[in-house]
Amino acid sequence: MIYREAGQFKSTYASDQAVFPIRQDRIVVGLALAAAVIAVPLVADEYWLQAVLIPFLIYSLAALGLNLLTGYAGQVSLGTGGFMAVGAYAAFKLTRAFPRLNVLIAFLLAGLVTALVGLVFGLPSLRIKGFYLAVATLAAQFFLLWLFNKVAWFTDYASSGTITAPPRTVASIMVTGPAATAPVRYLTALAFVAVFAMIAKNLVRGRVGRSWMAIRDRDIAAEIIGVRPLRTKLLAFAISSFFCGVAGAEYVFLYLGSAETLAFDINVSFLVLFMVIIGGLGSILGSFLGAAFIVMVPIFLTNVPHLLGLAMPVALQKQIELMVFGGLIILFLIVEPHGLARLWQVSKEKLRLWPFPY
Amino acid sequence: MLELLYAVLVGPVKDMAGAPAFLAEVIIGGLAAGLMYSLVALGFVLIYKASGVFNFAQGVMVLFAALTLVGLMERGAPPALALLATMAVMGALAFAIERVVLRPLVNQEQIILFMATIGLNFFLEGFGELAWGSNVKKLDVGIPDSSFMVWGVQVNRLELTAAITAAVLVAVMAVFFQRTRIGRALRAVADDHEAALSIGIPLNTIWIVVWSAAGLVAIVAGIMWGAKSGVQFSLSLIALKALPVLILGGFTSVPGAIVGGLIIGVGEKLAEVYWGPLVGGAIENWFAYVLALAFLLVRPQGLFGERIIERV
Repeated sequence: MIYREAGQFKSTYASDQAVFPIRQDRIVVGLALAAAVIAVPLVADEYWLQAVLIPFLIYSLAALGLNLLTGYAGQVSLGTGGFMAVGAYAAFKLTRAFPRLNVLIAFLLAGLVTALVGLVFGLPSLRIKGFYLAVATLAAQFFLLWLFNKVAWFTDYASSGTITAPPRTVASIMVTGPAATAPVRYLTALAFVAVFAMIAKNLVRGRVGRSWMAIRDRDIAAEIIGVRPLRTKLLAFAISSFFCGVAGAEYVFLYLGSAETLAFDINVSFLVLFMVIIGGLGSILGSFLGAAFIVMVPIFLTNVPHLLGLAMPVALQKQIELMVFGGLIILFLIVEPHGLARLWQVSKEKLRLWPFPY
Repeated sequence: MLELLYAVLVGPVKDMAGAPAFLAEVIIGGLAAGLMYSLVALGFVLIYKASGVFNFAQGVMVLFAALTLVGLMERGAPPALALLATMAVMGALAFAIERVVLRPLVNQEQIILFMATIGLNFFLEGFGELAWGSNVKKLDVGIPDSSFMVWGVQVNRLELTAAITAAVLVAVMAVFFQRTRIGRALRAVADDHEAALSIGIPLNTIWIVVWSAAGLVAIVAGIMWGAKSGVQFSLSLIALKALPVLILGGFTSVPGAIVGGLIIGVGEKLAEVYWGPLVGGAIENWFAYVLALAFLLVRPQGLFGERIIERV
């Protein structure tokens, strides 16, 4: 009854094209954002911020990037981990080479570097499609990680082969490094995700997004009506990689603190792809829902036996975790192949009519 | 600059020509490794051909089959009986997969089915370790992992056996596909699901048959890999190595899987031995993908894949 747009008339083009055309949506999104900015840092403890919320925000950003590429432009990529690694290593090199550089700008520059790399690895997409392309992007994944492992320049000749987030301040507040507090890192990640989600939302409903979707739905037809495949696909790869690169930089600088290439292995690529598919291909909201789901499930599975008072050997727990994770993925695909975003859409339709469905 | 070119182009070739016996050994090692990839890729091709599902779980099926076999043998089952039991288990697995995963997901997009098989991948991995334990097991098939000399070149007995097994397997499959009733039905399904259904081919049965066949191939691959390097978790990672083999050979071609595997195996070994030292080694990890990628740019459908014809 509350969720009904009756009486909200659109009298201008601007209001017709608003991102959230329904007033209740605007209120909910505004409240959620306010809660995330103000309430969460006050309420949440260190564990929640560090183990749940920060990875959630970072994975959301990566999922957002992959969703632009896979969900909107229809190019399946298994190279997300590699692209995130590019972002992380680029940010590391930039902050080391220019110590006075604002670290937030370093993140964005790292995104740009990743976009360039993504552009290169996106080139085969002009000729290769579907699963062939997915396997081709694996080349990016393995090659990039091998490169970062082998060439010591990328780690500044660190003997351990790890990159460490250097301590950096923005407006005299410690943002990265061991001294940065969890709430600050959380807010930084939140700011990035919020801004990029807004950018993504506006990208996909504009000319660029429409040309992506045209390529996704039927590339030859799109080409005939004047969408340039070269430009469109490469743009998708570049922008997607930009998002993934920033996410990768955040992954090391705001979440892990220090990392080696192992942190970006093929499993990360699969994890992000899961987020996109379970959340919903071609949905901005879905990227967040999927990331929340995938981040929460392992934590949930680790904690449930403790809550029930069952003591399990670690190995057994790990195996059961794998089984449940796999089973859940299959279950979700069967129940709603279009992802959590579609579930939300359906419940929204129902909410509009509730409590009088006829 | 000239030195670099020399190191990249001339040096390795000179090394090759300098020690032909060693070169032959490298090539044979590559062929053997390639055959192993082919055996995994074969399972992929079978399933992809008949059901259009890109089965990511094939690698774990190999692991699972090997684990089951070793687990049964460790518990005192005679090898023949254990093998039969493993076959039965893989058949049951195929049946379960068809019922639980494929049937509810019928008519979904390929990417959804692909993701479902990744879910299956996780599930089987956990299940296999839960059932049989996660420590490395030795699989003894009674063939010594030793070499004999042919014209001054070392040949490994185990690898030779694997090669012969693979050849037999491919021959059997070719006959099965071309001559038998079920094989013909399989090809019909691969060609067009709906047309096959409309002339009365039971799709569900076909799927069970195909997944069982892939399970059998997985057993063979599992035995060969297991005998070579022990039955352990890393077996499931060879699935990733089978992917470039697939794109090189084409998703739908059985000979493609074999030839692709051989090319990848030899290429990888040659690159590692002769060019690897130039860039610091360990290029085996990605060389296969780059090779496949370079190849795809010339032939997007792979070596033997069906020509892709696109219409609006």
